Amino acid sequence: MDADLITQILFAAIKTGTPLLFIALGEVICEKSGILNLGQEGMMLMGAVVGFLAAYTTGSMGLGVLAAMIMGSLMSLIFAVLVLQLGANQVATGLALTIFGTGLSAFVGSGVVGQTIQGFAPIEIPLLSEIPYLSEILFKHDILVYLSFAITIALYFVVNKTRVGLTLKAVGENPNAANAIGIKVLQVRYLAIMFGGAMAGISGAYMSLVYTPMWVENMTAGRGWIALALVVFASWRIGRIMLGAYLFGLASIMHLVLQGLGWSISPNLLAMLPYVATVIVMVIISADHFKEKLLAPRSLGKPFDPRNMA
Amino acid sequence: MIRIQARTEPSSLMKVASPLIAITLTLLFGCILFSAIGKDPLQALHVLLIAPLSDSYNIGEMFVKMGPLLLCAVGLAICYRANMWNIGAEGQLLAGALGGSAMALYFIDSESVFALPITLLAGIISGMLWASIPTFLKLRFNSNLILTTIMFNYIALYLLIWAVHGPLRDPQGFGFPESALFSDATLLPTLFEFSRIHLGIVFAIVAGFIGWFILSKTHLGFQIRVLGADEPAANYAGFNSKKLSWFVMLFAGALAGLAGVSETTGPIGQLVPNVSPGYGYSAIIVAYLGRLHPIGAILAAVFMAILYMGGDLAQIEMGIPVAVVSMFQGVLLFFLLACDFFINNRLMLSNQATN
Repeated sequence: MDADLITQILFAAIKTGTPLLFIALGEVICEKSGILNLGQEGMMLMGAVVGFLAAYTTGSMGLGVLAAMIMGSLMSLIFAVLVLQLGANQVATGLALTIFGTGLSAFVGSGVVGQTIQGFAPIEIPLLSEIPYLSEILFKHDILVYLSFAITIALYFVVNKTRVGLTLKAVGENPNAANAIGIKVLQVRYLAIMFGGAMAGISGAYMSLVYTPMWVENMTAGRGWIALALVVFASWRIGRIMLGAYLFGLASIMHLVLQGLGWSISPNLLAMLPYVATVIVMVIISADHFKEKLLAPRSLGKPFDPRNMA
Repeated sequence: MIRIQARTEPSSLMKVASPLIAITLTLLFGCILFSAIGKDPLQALHVLLIAPLSDSYNIGEMFVKMGPLLLCAVGLAICYRANMWNIGAEGQLLAGALGGSAMALYFIDSESVFALPITLLAGIISGMLWASIPTFLKLRFNSNLILTTIMFNYIALYLLIWAVHGPLRDPQGFGFPESALFSDATLLPTLFEFSRIHLGIVFAIVAGFIGWFILSKTHLGFQIRVLGADEPAANYAGFNSKKLSWFVMLFAGALAGLAGVSETTGPIGQLVPNVSPGYGYSAIIVAYLGRLHPIGAILAAVFMAILYMGGDLAQIEMGIPVAVVSMFQGVLLFFLLACDFFINNRLMLSNQATN
């Protein structure tokens, strides 16, 4: 393989990894507040279809992304009310959200299946796009990829260096203690869940506005689930999520790599690769039970009822 | 002022009433939705709920759809009772369809009476194998069962698609991704003249009663229930939680595998890429709607099968996308989870409560 092919593959890995990055960043913030939302796939599909519909009817890509974010947070709000207000089981509620989103997205999108739009055009960043090789990989993307870079850096800073991040982690680690020192646990969790929804929305919009760009039923093909595994893989750390997203991106385009090497394997078998890779990665990560327990937010998945505190 | 008060003990009335209220609310939601998109809500409800039961052929189709839903749901209900979050019924069903079809194609020229039982057994074993990998990974490496079973659903789907494009494709099939039609020796017998109802529905209802018997009448079932309700207590009592986890997963895998092979050897008669319209996922809702109880699952599966039939009819007769079915399923589970809040809580007028 020559250098050109390698830069092309890495470029494609970033493009393919970007929707995973968006959605996993949203989920990690949600999980840091102690909430496990399995509705990622449903929120992402709704983001994809609503983003596409908005961009298709208004002609504005920006509005498409905005609509996707709003839709994602509205979806997550259903989850939030059931889980936070009514104490519903997080696993079951998340599954319901995914099933609901899968059906609703197919329902509202049935009129625009197969329609195409002009996706976001790539933007070359001045100066940076003149660095040899690196620029070909990093700085000739569309604006949403740069947005994902910016959000990653911002979240890294907010989570690790600010009071907001500390509050978030306090709620996820020990909601009772957080409540005792006057943090409004449910309020923090509402915000974290809705942030996760908005990010899942952008992630879906990236699929339907940039990656394909069109709307097809179930087009996210399990990325919402892979993102959940990615969070575990990254041990709930922002920086590692970015790395992991691009590694998973690379796994999903392995067929290009193998074709580049001149191998011929059935495309249907190669299509399994990201899912098999996810299983293998999860086994390696979680085999160290003690470590995983240490890293996961301690109240993850457990309900918190402020009324019991009185 | 109305306020929420925790009940001193769970309401057994609400446990039963909650699914019924949730179904009613879902139908109400459907009416509002259909009005919003300019369809006559009453006609839509008629098509979704009444038309599926209007003639003997449709009733038969309802049972055809109920079979795989119920088989998967009984297994899932028992898994969830043991706190094993198996979301993999879909993949286990597809694995059963694939393994069973491979065996049925092996018997393609056979007239042996053993062909059908061996084919069914191959499907059951394939389903169990598919369930066993995530189970092993969970018990040995502590990997997250929800995520691994989901991943195995996707892997099974691509494996099946690969098989119908490759090794199991009908050589005389003009290149279509389908297997050859199975021989009569490996087809499930139909039960009546007028419909496609086949032996699969009998398997499903028997499975429901076996599930109920195990869960309610045996020591094994008692152990499963304790494990799910209070794991430390189960460990303290000396129950072998690994063995119990293996049992519920293999039981669910066997039933889902049987569902898959019953589809290919039943109404379909060959292996095709779309064996299942998401039965394995819908079965999660069936299990919940049936209160994670095998007998409850039978009733819930009837409702879900009617909804599936109604979805097909709504598409044909009213041009409503068939996706409304999974949308309603999601809404139904939302309402069910919300109604379940009132099992442990009740609304009180606050001036009474302050006494």
